[in-house]
Amino acid sequence: MSEKNQTAGVIGWIDERLPILSFVRNHLTHYYTPKNFNFWYFFGSLAFLILFLQIFTGIFLAMHYKPDAKLAFDSVEFIMRDVNLGWLIRYMHSTGASAFFIVVYLHMFRALMYGSFKKPRELIWLFGVFIYLALMAEAFMGYLLPWGQMSYWGAQVIINLFTTIPFIGPELGIWIRGDFAISDPTLTRFFALHIVAVPMVILLLVILHLSALHTVGSNNPDGVEIKKHKDENGIPLDGIPFHPYYTVKDFVGIGVFLFLFALTVFFVPEMGGYFLEHANFIPANPLVTPEHIAPVWYFTPFYSILRAIPDPAYGALAMALSIVVLFFLPWIDSNPIKSIRYRSMLFKINLFVFVIGFLILGYLGVKAPNPLYNALALRFSEMYFIFFALLYFYSVNRSNLFSYAFSGVIIFLIAVYDLSRISSDNYTMVLVGLASVVLFLLFMTLSPLYSNLNKEKEVPERVTE
Amino acid sequence: MSNDNPDNSRRKFLTGSLSIVGGTGAAATLWPFLSSMGPSSKAKAAGAPVKVDISNLKDGEKIDLIWRKKPIWVVKRTKNMLDSINTNENKHKDPMSENTEQQPEFAKNKFRSLKPEILVLEGVCTHLGCNPAYKPSENKFFCACHGSNFDLAGKVANGSPAGANLKVPPYRFEDENTIIVGELPDNSKTKKG
Repeated sequence: MSEKNQTAGVIGWIDERLPILSFVRNHLTHYYTPKNFNFWYFFGSLAFLILFLQIFTGIFLAMHYKPDAKLAFDSVEFIMRDVNLGWLIRYMHSTGASAFFIVVYLHMFRALMYGSFKKPRELIWLFGVFIYLALMAEAFMGYLLPWGQMSYWGAQVIINLFTTIPFIGPELGIWIRGDFAISDPTLTRFFALHIVAVPMVILLLVILHLSALHTVGSNNPDGVEIKKHKDENGIPLDGIPFHPYYTVKDFVGIGVFLFLFALTVFFVPEMGGYFLEHANFIPANPLVTPEHIAPVWYFTPFYSILRAIPDPAYGALAMALSIVVLFFLPWIDSNPIKSIRYRSMLFKINLFVFVIGFLILGYLGVKAPNPLYNALALRFSEMYFIFFALLYFYSVNRSNLFSYAFSGVIIFLIAVYDLSRISSDNYTMVLVGLASVVLFLLFMTLSPLYSNLNKEKEVPERVTE
Repeated sequence: MSNDNPDNSRRKFLTGSLSIVGGTGAAATLWPFLSSMGPSSKAKAAGAPVKVDISNLKDGEKIDLIWRKKPIWVVKRTKNMLDSINTNENKHKDPMSENTEQQPEFAKNKFRSLKPEILVLEGVCTHLGCNPAYKPSENKFFCACHGSNFDLAGKVANGSPAGANLKVPPYRFEDENTIIVGELPDNSKTKKG
């Protein structure tokens, strides 16, 4: 850094003993970020803001909440009715949970779109997926605390997922609950994990995520490395200091976010039963399961995958795989072009279909199952995994033989499964579904051989305005 | 990123106004959180008046009750006890009960009570909040925490760490033998205590 390192006064005295100024220099005023960030780059700073908000509101909720199966539900009602502005703090916390997932999903989509998980940013992506996992655990355990019907039965279902693990499953379930059914010990341990352990893990992971980011620098919508072209002072030609340029920009994002957040908190805090489910305003009752039970919206795509497979162990396995596969993304998609701007039409179609499929899975997850929905859930679960298979397929230009073999193997696997379950009641639905998936796969894998659809564009040297 | 000269006064104005608006917003956002730490509606509702029957209270006896989570004493003073109470300036810090914070208007008298023989006090030492002990044989209340002495009207003795007389809560007689703590007598205009 060409900056003078000596500062007078109190700040100077402190900086000689604690590297505050150098920290500010290295991470804000002299941290160079690509100048072409767009809308999609708001969500990292927003996620950080929400993390702070959740911790802050959580501390105040913990002052009034009682982690005891006999008292928990009433203490939440006490917060809602008797604590001064307690309803506001509680709604900020519950809306914050949903906002966190909205922002994190958009943040992850940005990474998929611009290839931000690719070399040299694999670790940033890995820490990010770990944050996402920790966030799911945090949200799940937090949802038990109000001790309403959905808290109870949601936890019942999720903990029973672990009991499907062969051999150790049943014992593991008892160990997680601390009892033979969900009860007071489950609540108290979820409370401890929710307010102490998992938040600390998330904070640590965020530090790792950001340290890794600041080591290699941000990606950008063009997916070019700004560090390749530097001026005589070693400053990237396409870089601008994070502060003030992006701090100011992020403030605009924060302003818009807080506006929408406040609208939700004040006018639709339950969001029609999606942010806070109606059944959760009834105290937990171990003898009565609500008629319709669904997880909170942010879990529903994975819940659909779980339900799509008519076997407890394989369903749980498919759901676990759907998350585990995210860890391998940097190695699945090894195409050197990062940004969607320069990738092929087929890549764009693949990503588009994946997003639509993920949303449909989410929608199906909140609906009560019926034969049509189950058939759709199965097909879109298959599509979820086919997305990753196609990402691998598009990593390099494939030969004729590989293209036919690749689609052939996947079609064979799906067809074998379909033939094993086809019967006189369901053959139309099975055959239509199978035909759709097969046509999609054939188009995606064979069209490169006969068209320009897989043609990629040349990546520029420098960022475009 | 060009070489245009930035208009610094405009920038300063925008930075300043954003800081003020944002700072005000942030400070206002703190309000719900600070407010939530105050007594809840439930805690406030728990401050309702308390009724006590003193028909079985014998001469010289003290009973304790709880009003607003504070101990309230009711003592039936004997003739001998009343004789021990004086307003000697050399013995008390506030012999005439001048400190209006420490009793409702009706109790600003020699015995600091509505009826001379019935004493109603908050059993909270005015030094640091301990609960003083009743010593009927010595005609006093004694706080074991830091050694404050109070006479049987709750007046603090000279030389005690406590600075004020024991507080008299608002109370009234519903009838001969029923006291309501937390309500002023009907004829009392002032709402002190």
